Amino acid sequence: MSLKPLAMRDAFLERIWRAMAVDNKIFFTCADFGSPVLDKIRTDFPNRFVNVGIAEQNLINVSAGLALEGYTVFAYAIAPFITLRCYEQVRVSLAMLSEVRPMNVNLIGVGAGYSYVVSGPTHQCYEDITLMRALPNFQVLSPADHVAASACFDTCVNTSGPKYLRFDAQVLPVVYASTLLDTSKGFHVHKSGETICLVATGYMLHTALMTADELASEGLRVGVIDLFDLTRFRAAEFEGVLKPYAGIVSLEEGFRGRGGLDSMLFEFISRRGLSSKILNIGVEGVYRFELGTRTELHELVGIGPQAVLNSVRTFAKSLSNQEPDSLSTRRNHEVPPNAQQHPA
Amino acid sequence: MRAKAHWVWRETLAVHRRAPETRLASSLSSIEIFVALYYGCVLRFNPSNPADEERDRCIISKGHGSICMYPILADLGYFPMEELQHVCEAGSFLGGIPDPVIPGYETINGSLGHGLGVAAGMALGLKRKSNDRRVNDRSVFVVAGDGELHEGANWEAIMFAAQHKLDNLHLIVDDNGISMLGYTEDIVSHGALTSRLGAFGWDCMEIDGHDVLAVQAALQQQKATSAGKPKALIARTLKGHGVPGLENAPLSHITNPKPELIDSLLDKSR
Repeated sequence: MSLKPLAMRDAFLERIWRAMAVDNKIFFTCADFGSPVLDKIRTDFPNRFVNVGIAEQNLINVSAGLALEGYTVFAYAIAPFITLRCYEQVRVSLAMLSEVRPMNVNLIGVGAGYSYVVSGPTHQCYEDITLMRALPNFQVLSPADHVAASACFDTCVNTSGPKYLRFDAQVLPVVYASTLLDTSKGFHVHKSGETICLVATGYMLHTALMTADELASEGLRVGVIDLFDLTRFRAAEFEGVLKPYAGIVSLEEGFRGRGGLDSMLFEFISRRGLSSKILNIGVEGVYRFELGTRTELHELVGIGPQAVLNSVRTFAKSLSNQEPDSLSTRRNHEVPPNAQQHPA
Repeated sequence: MRAKAHWVWRETLAVHRRAPETRLASSLSSIEIFVALYYGCVLRFNPSNPADEERDRCIISKGHGSICMYPILADLGYFPMEELQHVCEAGSFLGGIPDPVIPGYETINGSLGHGLGVAAGMALGLKRKSNDRRVNDRSVFVVAGDGELHEGANWEAIMFAAQHKLDNLHLIVDDNGISMLGYTEDIVSHGALTSRLGAFGWDCMEIDGHDVLAVQAALQQQKATSAGKPKALIARTLKGHGVPGLENAPLSHITNPKPELIDSLLDKSR
């Protein structure tokens, strides 16, 4: 089944537009940032749309005030500006206040990672996973295509509390064309493999799937998981899926070693007592000003398809050198989730 | 009203005497503002249901400088008077900086410069909800210090409120002219704040913020008008009002008067 790819924001805003027609408690705020579908919202619902101007601090505070008055609020801006520019407002007026007041504010950040390819590091965003998952009460959603983005809408309207939606600015290929996505689970297993599992979020799911296909042609079958809910995934099920793998690879379009998906997986694996080895693939901690295609930029900072392929190949070798015996016991990917990691 | 303001002044000193962690000077400059709001038939509120949908919203942005609200809220029945004996003690909900776990407080206030933006969102929300009811009868009052107007987010909200004609939004500036390290005039001057806000499209009045009847009259007058403009009341006040050595002293924000001085003031002012 083919499905025409859309921008995440257009698919998501379409859901909002439809919902606003039947639910007068939905309010849309933005910081002077548009999209074709946004034009329908501001034309059809002028009383529940407000553009605060280039003023993200006020965007957050006004959205908080509207939420306190009972509105479900969707606030919309470019990813680094709706997170970093107004982080203290996000912390105080959303994360902290929602501890004691029922509030539903959904921050839509467009431009995850390098998706504003030629705009340079001010408009690119490699810090948002780290920052937003650091805030208690926040749910962080990072979809990989417009179908998953659209599915997040249900989570937004049905769950109280502040949320951060991390959207790509580009139209990405559809990976959920024929898959019923269970958003409540928070992750989706795309491929089962042997020995190694790639855990990716957002754009990097596409790189992970390409990597897995390439490695399969070389005779190495790796698992691929899309972790799209970075805060409220079902932990026990996630553990069950990860447990059979000797090596786990995190892939994110964010800084490596600075509290993002990699740290989250480290913490998870450590807390759950798994013995898997971990490889973190993420952006080197430098700001780069070179121009190029997204793939070229990714290669520069160590997350391009070639870099990922090489890293995973090396990782696979290191695993087979380290633990040849235990690896051979995990060849069967259908090990039940609760199987022992190291059979006697 | 004057007697009530005096009672609140005494009780605020007494709270600070027991809990010196509280900010006294900035809590003395705002007393008449809060007394006018809560005892002057300005604010509509419901102590038995602090979240009453029909209430006017009071956002206390200068959180630290509102310890005088503790005796007021207790007096009005938001919580028992006995709680005033336990400010800043373990297990009490009355802290050094008030939080919205205190009945009667709406929002987080400790970090300065957030109240006005949140209040603008509430005012907009109330206007839109009122469209549905065809009435516009609930207002949002914000009490902010002049020092916190240095935070740029306020000016984003000031522009926003004028743009959206939020005439149900009231900003009361406790203009005591002093932030932590001295006179705001010497740090970053607000110039003529009244005309500045006027230039931003606000209806402004300026009064003696320690004349409780003048504050009450101004607030009542502003509340009664709906000219499509947000309203600001600049209340000229003195930090540390009524306490010798503290009043209008440049470092009054971080100065604690000696307990003996507070005792003698409480004795003399009976």
